[in-house]
Amino acid sequence: MRKRTYIDRTIKSSDITPEPVFLNRRSLIQASTSAMAAFLGTPAIAAEQSIHSLPLDYRDDPDRSLADQQTPYDAVTTYNNFYEFGTDKSDPARYAHEMTTDPWTIKVGGLVNQPGALYLEDVLRGFDLEERIYRFRCVEAWSMVVPWIGFPLSSLLNRFQPKAEGRYVAFKTLHRRSEMRGARSFTSVIDWPYREGLRMDEAMHPLTLVAVGLYGKTLPNQNGAPLRLVVPWKYGFKSIKSIVEIRVTDRQPQTSWQMLQPQEYGFFANVNPDVDHPRWSQRYERRLPSSVFNPNRVPTMPFNGYADQVAGLYEGMDLTRYY
Amino acid sequence: MSKRDLNKLSRSASRIGVLALCCAPLAFLAWQTFANQLGPDPAKYLMQSTGEWGLRGLVLVLLASPLSQRGYRFILRHRRILGVATFGYLTLHFLLFAQVYVGWSGDLLREELRERPYVLVGFAAWLCLAPLAATSTNAAMRLMGRSWWSLQRLVYPAVVLAWLHIFWLARSDVGKAVFYGLVYAALLAWRLGRLRRRGGRGRAA
Repeated sequence: MRKRTYIDRTIKSSDITPEPVFLNRRSLIQASTSAMAAFLGTPAIAAEQSIHSLPLDYRDDPDRSLADQQTPYDAVTTYNNFYEFGTDKSDPARYAHEMTTDPWTIKVGGLVNQPGALYLEDVLRGFDLEERIYRFRCVEAWSMVVPWIGFPLSSLLNRFQPKAEGRYVAFKTLHRRSEMRGARSFTSVIDWPYREGLRMDEAMHPLTLVAVGLYGKTLPNQNGAPLRLVVPWKYGFKSIKSIVEIRVTDRQPQTSWQMLQPQEYGFFANVNPDVDHPRWSQRYERRLPSSVFNPNRVPTMPFNGYADQVAGLYEGMDLTRYY
Repeated sequence: MSKRDLNKLSRSASRIGVLALCCAPLAFLAWQTFANQLGPDPAKYLMQSTGEWGLRGLVLVLLASPLSQRGYRFILRHRRILGVATFGYLTLHFLLFAQVYVGWSGDLLREELRERPYVLVGFAAWLCLAPLAATSTNAAMRLMGRSWWSLQRLVYPAVVLAWLHIFWLARSDVGKAVFYGLVYAALLAWRLGRLRRRGGRGRAA
């Protein structure tokens, strides 16, 4: 299996996560959850059982020194929006272990010549895996830099041969109430299953990644195991997690957040500092980890810094109308 | 020790106790912050938390009169400490917003006030409470006389503005806004009723 590294050379060089922090992440998680649990009297989840990271067939590339400062593994895996497991940022890390990810089936169909399915082994071993160090920008104005492991979505789609009439790709997340306590909740607001979609040119773009791992190992459940999308020039909610269905269509698919609050969340959701969210500004973001005395506020870049690679997709489009 | 001295001592003791209780949430938040218990985005959590304590404090302060009328004078006796503490939490809330979301930029603050109504009403609520905190001393009460009581009425628009603030902020869960809306409505209705009974004259007790 070839191992290649994709480096965005516009990301400036900086420190790599200190190795002691990276290596000690499990004991850090264990210590902090145990301490918190002891103080609050809540059961502590063993760090080992909540994160089942299997090493992927991948080797660190020496060119990683060019990468922007990566967000520590702790933060990436304990600060998540995955409402199927609860709406607090710490809920997915606490409850996502209840989700079974093996076996896993992804139905691929719609306007394709070869409809079919992919299975867990197919996504973990059936494609050439690359490391992609991407900026990740949440619509809530926080951001991270994550070293994903995956393969281009175009590789997956091409296997099923999308027809010429196919203009969009629709995705669905797993919806299994017995394993997703947030989805069982009386006050859960989203009309499950979680749905997302991309225009065909966005889906076939080389940046669009199907991620099966991060930091060299398979995805923890709370990050969208066993496979998720990463569309780095869009707000994070477009990067749908735990995918079970991919369908090529000729009509713009419904997407969950747009259905819930269309005046706040659009279909395109391109990162744009000039288009504010109705309730907060998008001009700045907090690069995590941030602290009270050093909030790490950085200016948000158009298309999250990927403008030279994707701006052409939206030429002539009024981005304040198509947000 | 005379009976008067004992009374004074017990009053001071209970005041210190109430002050300690008011500081307890802040102490816990500080501990959580410095022990890195708040995750990678602690400022947002702190801002929400201090705001929430401010909302609770306003409920307590407004409970003082109705409870004392029914014989439970404890909150009324310590209303001043509770009120000033509430203002403290809300000031922290505002400072965190200035630090984390606006970066102490006057331009950005003006833009936020202009573009986002909930920021404007939140700031207005704080402005209503600031004079109350500033005149909370015994000296101020003496100097201002009757007008001190009129000034205290600013707490009513403050509460309404604070509620608008959280209502306009509500994303997917309006539960909190509804809950506080009902509570504040009840507390303000009680006062309205009392104002009518008194014929609109006289000061609040």
